[in-house]
Amino acid sequence: MGWNNTKLAFVLLFIFAVGAMAMGPLLSMINLGLDLQGGVHVELQAIENGKPVTEQDMVQLVQVMRQRIDELGVSEPVIQRVGDKRLIVELAGLEDPEAAVKVIGKTAQLIFMKADGSVILTGEDLKDAQATIDPASQMPEINLDFNPQGARAFADATTELAAKYPKDDPRRRIAILLDGEVLTNPEVQEPILHGRARITGGYTDYQDAANIAALLRAGALPVSMEIIAKKVVGPTLGWDSLVKSKYAAIIGLLLLGIFMLLAYRVPGFISLFSLTIFALIVSGALVLLKATLTVPGIAGLLLSISMAVGSKIIIFERIKDELLNNKTLRASIESGFRRAFWTVFDANVTTLIAAAVLFYFGSGPIRGFAITLSIGIITSMFTAIALTLWLLRMAVQVNAFKKTSLFGVRRAEA
Amino acid sequence: MTYDFIKRRKLWYALSLFIIIPGLISIALQGLNLGIDFTGGNIFRLQFEQNVSSTELREVMGRSEVTNYAIQEAGAKQFIIRTSELPEEESTKFLAHLEKNLGELELLGVDKVGAIIGHELTYKAILSLIIASIFMVGYITLRFEFLSGVAAIIALLHDVLVTVSIFSLLQIEINASFIAAILTVIGYSINDTIVIFDRIRENLRIAKKADLLAIVNASLNQILIRSINTSVAVILILLALVFLGGETIRVFAVAMLIGAVAGTYSSICTASILWVDLKGILKKRKATAHRTA
Repeated sequence: MGWNNTKLAFVLLFIFAVGAMAMGPLLSMINLGLDLQGGVHVELQAIENGKPVTEQDMVQLVQVMRQRIDELGVSEPVIQRVGDKRLIVELAGLEDPEAAVKVIGKTAQLIFMKADGSVILTGEDLKDAQATIDPASQMPEINLDFNPQGARAFADATTELAAKYPKDDPRRRIAILLDGEVLTNPEVQEPILHGRARITGGYTDYQDAANIAALLRAGALPVSMEIIAKKVVGPTLGWDSLVKSKYAAIIGLLLLGIFMLLAYRVPGFISLFSLTIFALIVSGALVLLKATLTVPGIAGLLLSISMAVGSKIIIFERIKDELLNNKTLRASIESGFRRAFWTVFDANVTTLIAAAVLFYFGSGPIRGFAITLSIGIITSMFTAIALTLWLLRMAVQVNAFKKTSLFGVRRAEA
Repeated sequence: MTYDFIKRRKLWYALSLFIIIPGLISIALQGLNLGIDFTGGNIFRLQFEQNVSSTELREVMGRSEVTNYAIQEAGAKQFIIRTSELPEEESTKFLAHLEKNLGELELLGVDKVGAIIGHELTYKAILSLIIASIFMVGYITLRFEFLSGVAAIIALLHDVLVTVSIFSLLQIEINASFIAAILTVIGYSINDTIVIFDRIRENLRIAKKADLLAIVNASLNQILIRSINTSVAVILILLALVFLGGETIRVFAVAMLIGAVAGTYSSICTASILWVDLKGILKKRKATAHRTA
């Protein structure tokens, strides 16, 4: 019998060691949601100003967003199209998330203005802007491309300015402003009649020109947008939620463990070890699926753990029933498991149905909950049945665990 | 040591109605306290540097352009302000106004939900409840008999009604996570009910001709400890979430807690007893039909 003792002790120790060593690194690999590390979630909707929002508009919007977010220097931003005319932008770990919202949501106003302050045209009339290197001078320049309406306005303005003012007169310049800030302020060399302009000189290097071209393109927002929903979590609040979720998880699991030990003795003790494996598998799955852990996600995990415990209770109670029918410990465990199997299965399937519907219809945080709950339930089917059975079989070979009272049933002969 | 559940069935029905009827009246009269997830609006969480009383804050709010608001103290120098939906510029202006009059503040968090999103959520919530229910009735009918399915669904409606009733009676503000909680309650409640039907079915198979009522009662007694223990497992976790999990998860945890308690209660005291009664009514009707025929 000494061998059985050693074997069980070894397996349990192994599980404990793996759990203790792997859990920390595994947990640190899980992506934390915005609500846990701070950040912004913004939902934007394109506004139809008379004309419908086209696919190309949306593609361009995504580009504009990417440009704006690059300015913020956020790592791993999420820019996602939802439906026909919506965008979701998520940025994690910002010091000042509200400032980021301003950058995302600003209504870029691109204006071409004369020195006297009158507007020649706006971003809507600008079709494209590209930075290039002039092959002749090897200097960076920006090529502008206007739509017909813009081309006409630009032709009129350049003709007028070129005729009215001599070269080098500041009034001969056209200022290009983005959100009230002067991007560039070139002088009109000659009337530009065909809607294609070149801005030459004044750029230190190609990158400088490319940046301004990008801003010009961004300014040519195809449609205006409106923020229809946002969630801003400051770093303090995120940290606070993380700490609180941790506490809730630790205390909840501790209570659960104590309860299982008190109510089910040996099986309860064994089940704590299979719960360790459960936690490892679930965390591993979250890492592999690149799932993001949110506060509701943590709630889903904890709930699935308590349901995993529930499955075990069904099994342990069944074993008790079998023991009460005067079967041997070994036989009780086998038939208890067999009989409880379908009950556990049915019970878990219904919860999975609920989780699947939630996943399908829910958004953001609710999805997080549905994902962790589903992963938890599926894993618990495995750990509650296969793993616990395996461990219990091993345990009943150990003499010290052979008393039925340790399984919650008192027998005269035990 | 068996407890006669069947004999006291009128008490169980009465107990459920005791919560549900006032709840329904409350739902009809004052409805649910819908949060911004449904109605649209802004929630600001602010932390002031200096001591600010809620009276001061209210006074300063009164001088802002924001007219529709509610203030809640959330800790030392911390406030939660709910307003109707504010466009971005207005919300910036509003915060600047507060900062000018009450000193430096840290914006802990902002939630904004547009009215369109709110409508979508309400629509999706109702749709998902219906779809989840259909799938579950289907599953139970597949695994059990139709009458069990009906009894289980009524028990499930019972749990949802009790949860919604308590939220309406206490006017606790609900958010999107409330729907997640309700759906999980549905899954949990069905799960609990299935365990009991499972046991009744098994006992019926063993004791072919015994009294139905006696068998149901015996099954309930056999399952009682298990049922209580599994809910204790869930309730322990939920209590930890309610008290320690922070405010973001509280609505969810409270709804789940109520639902889990109602679910445990209903699977013992509603579902199986209802099933017995439904079977009885059906039998009687068959008998009268036989006689008149």
